[in-house]
Amino acid sequence: MKSFGLATVCAAALLLAAAPLAYAETIFVSNEKDNTITVIDGDTMELVTTIETSRRPRGIILSPDYKELFVAAGDGNIVDVIDTSTLEIIRQLDSGPDPELMDVDPEGKIIYIANEDDSMVTIMDLKSGEVFAEVPVGVEPEGMAVHPDNTLTAATSESTSMAHIIDNETFELVANVLVDSRPREAKWTKDGKELWVSSEIGGTVSVIDPATWEITHKISFEVPGVRPEQLQPVGMDFVKDEALIMVPLGPSNRVAVIDTKTKEVVDYILVGQRPWHGEPSADGKRYYVANGLTNDMTIIDLDTMKATKSVPVGRLPWGVAVMPGKTAAQ
Amino acid sequence: MVLLRLTSLRFPRALEARLSLATLLIVALTFASSPNVAQEEEAPPAAAQAKPAAKSMTVVYLGKEYQEPLPLSFAEKVITDKGIQGARQKLKEANQAGGFLGYSFELEETILPEDADVVAKAKALLAAGNRYFIADLEPDDLLAVADLPEAKDAIILNIRSSATRLRQEECRKNVFHIIPDYAMRADALAQYLILKKWPNWYVMRRDTPEDQDYLAQVQRAAKRFGGKIVEDHLYDLPPGARNLDSGHQQIQAQMALETERSPDHDVVWAINSDDDFGDYLMYRTTRPRPVVGTQGLQATAWDKSYTESGGMRFQRAIPRIANRPPVERDYTAWLALRTLSESAQKSGSVEPETVKAYMLSDDFRLEAFKGQALSFRTWDHQMRQPVILGGGTRVPVGTSPQEGFLHPKHLTDTLGFDEPETKCKF
Repeated sequence: MKSFGLATVCAAALLLAAAPLAYAETIFVSNEKDNTITVIDGDTMELVTTIETSRRPRGIILSPDYKELFVAAGDGNIVDVIDTSTLEIIRQLDSGPDPELMDVDPEGKIIYIANEDDSMVTIMDLKSGEVFAEVPVGVEPEGMAVHPDNTLTAATSESTSMAHIIDNETFELVANVLVDSRPREAKWTKDGKELWVSSEIGGTVSVIDPATWEITHKISFEVPGVRPEQLQPVGMDFVKDEALIMVPLGPSNRVAVIDTKTKEVVDYILVGQRPWHGEPSADGKRYYVANGLTNDMTIIDLDTMKATKSVPVGRLPWGVAVMPGKTAAQ
Repeated sequence: MVLLRLTSLRFPRALEARLSLATLLIVALTFASSPNVAQEEEAPPAAAQAKPAAKSMTVVYLGKEYQEPLPLSFAEKVITDKGIQGARQKLKEANQAGGFLGYSFELEETILPEDADVVAKAKALLAAGNRYFIADLEPDDLLAVADLPEAKDAIILNIRSSATRLRQEECRKNVFHIIPDYAMRADALAQYLILKKWPNWYVMRRDTPEDQDYLAQVQRAAKRFGGKIVEDHLYDLPPGARNLDSGHQQIQAQMALETERSPDHDVVWAINSDDDFGDYLMYRTTRPRPVVGTQGLQATAWDKSYTESGGMRFQRAIPRIANRPPVERDYTAWLALRTLSESAQKSGSVEPETVKAYMLSDDFRLEAFKGQALSFRTWDHQMRQPVILGGGTRVPVGTSPQEGFLHPKHLTDTLGFDEPETKCKF
């Protein structure tokens, strides 16, 4: 931790009172076991409030305009939509059974939802909840990622070990790529030229070329003194203008850092227990990761690549969403 | 012994950064409309449903309607479709997944009456070209089928028997064991008891061949992990009626009598495969002692309390087709078919030789709700897997291997017969 001079602190305080800082942000953490969302002020890292949700909230994402927060409540069989200003549930989306992860198209019109217990991807209108299609995919769908140009959506199926590619116009499958066991998250690079998929039980991250749908790289993990079966990649988030990707490794209590150019692991950062999903801060300087078993969120400084602090959240925290700016409650 | 406690010893693991093309299967069915996909000629519009040059695998579920002990409680339903329901569930899933890659799977259900000639039936099935068998068979029947000359290149998956001899002296090259054996079960419980510092075990048992096998494994586990059997007590009272007015009074007196003269102990280890007295022990022993073994806290591949690592999906799936919760054999049958369907898809072949080579390779890393990859021990074809400690509690007590029981290669190899101990010679 850096130490600041008193003058700096005073200046900062004055600034705070006058207008929100450029990096003012709000952090939302879904707590799977508490049925709540913890809301944290990104400046002070203090608790703002706790929002009660439907049962078993896991996947948590923001609309592209940051006005709405979507929370997939698996046991509630519903997606709660929370107004990010008032922090109230303003409507619910009838997502179909057991929603887990979701993604919203870049225009903010359509939401793609993985129905874990139903082997379906539900595609619906973000506002009205009208269902456009239910696409059958492999068993236990989980990861969802809309292509940056909005032509395709990737869905992983955990039990079937595949990444399924859905055409966003026809809602038909255009490709199915076999990856290692229990694929979790899928992420496109901004240019849409790479699809990254994490395989939890396989212990690898695959990089898929959408021109051929072939796996061009497979990245595995190794930490001296840590049992290989504990190195289980789950979440994935690009940071530093996509120069790096952060990969929480569940039971190994570490976040791996992969160089996206060389496809090599450059660092392992020790965090809390069972880091699951994370999110970079709005200004891209920090990475927040939810630790399922220690009920906290670790803050990693992306310049020093060190864990600087941990913030208590609810029980069995699952995922993180970050909104620039503050809520009305702050 | 390769067992190490509280000492970390690992072999460096080669970084698997390079891509193995063999493990890759890609179906890129294309649309004219999708910009990122290479154009291919005449791709049908319903790409997901199209099955290009289907590779098909038929798996025989070979079982017998053996008479099984009735549950001790009248309140418990007698289940007559253990196993097959798990296989049926996996068949649905395998075809759903296989459909995307051009694979199809069939399950040939062959469940014979107890007095039927399973060998003759197996011969006919083999003559018809079948090579994949899920064996819901007792050891003698299993061996009789496996030893048929025409079964030499078959793959037989044992989902039923925990008999250690099938993994030891009487192991067979064409037989794979999905279900944990008694050695794994005894080790799984023993590790937990040692962790709890409960090393003194009072064994109460009957004397069936299964009970004798389990006893030998408890004795072995005591030696391995530093436990002590303070007495091996044969319970020889006749089984009571399953339902008896005021029977609980008699049971109460009996169990206290049976346990009062025992040397002091930390737990009672019940070995009662016929399930006719073990449950009576709980809360009725003279000293206040927990009960483990075939009743009380049990080591099992599946438990009704288990919800972790996606396990709820299986807990929900079986009641939908079977009108009851899953039992261990449903899980092992599900796992057996999953082993075959995954191996076919990942190896790219439905030929037994290729499938078998894949099952025994380092690439075989099966996901099955246990939070880590399952694979086969090459020395005896036993599936290595974490074992759940449950059996009656509303939430699982734990999963073995326990913290601190380390192994240079696979932690799960601290359960059951490790390579240096094996008596199996293929």
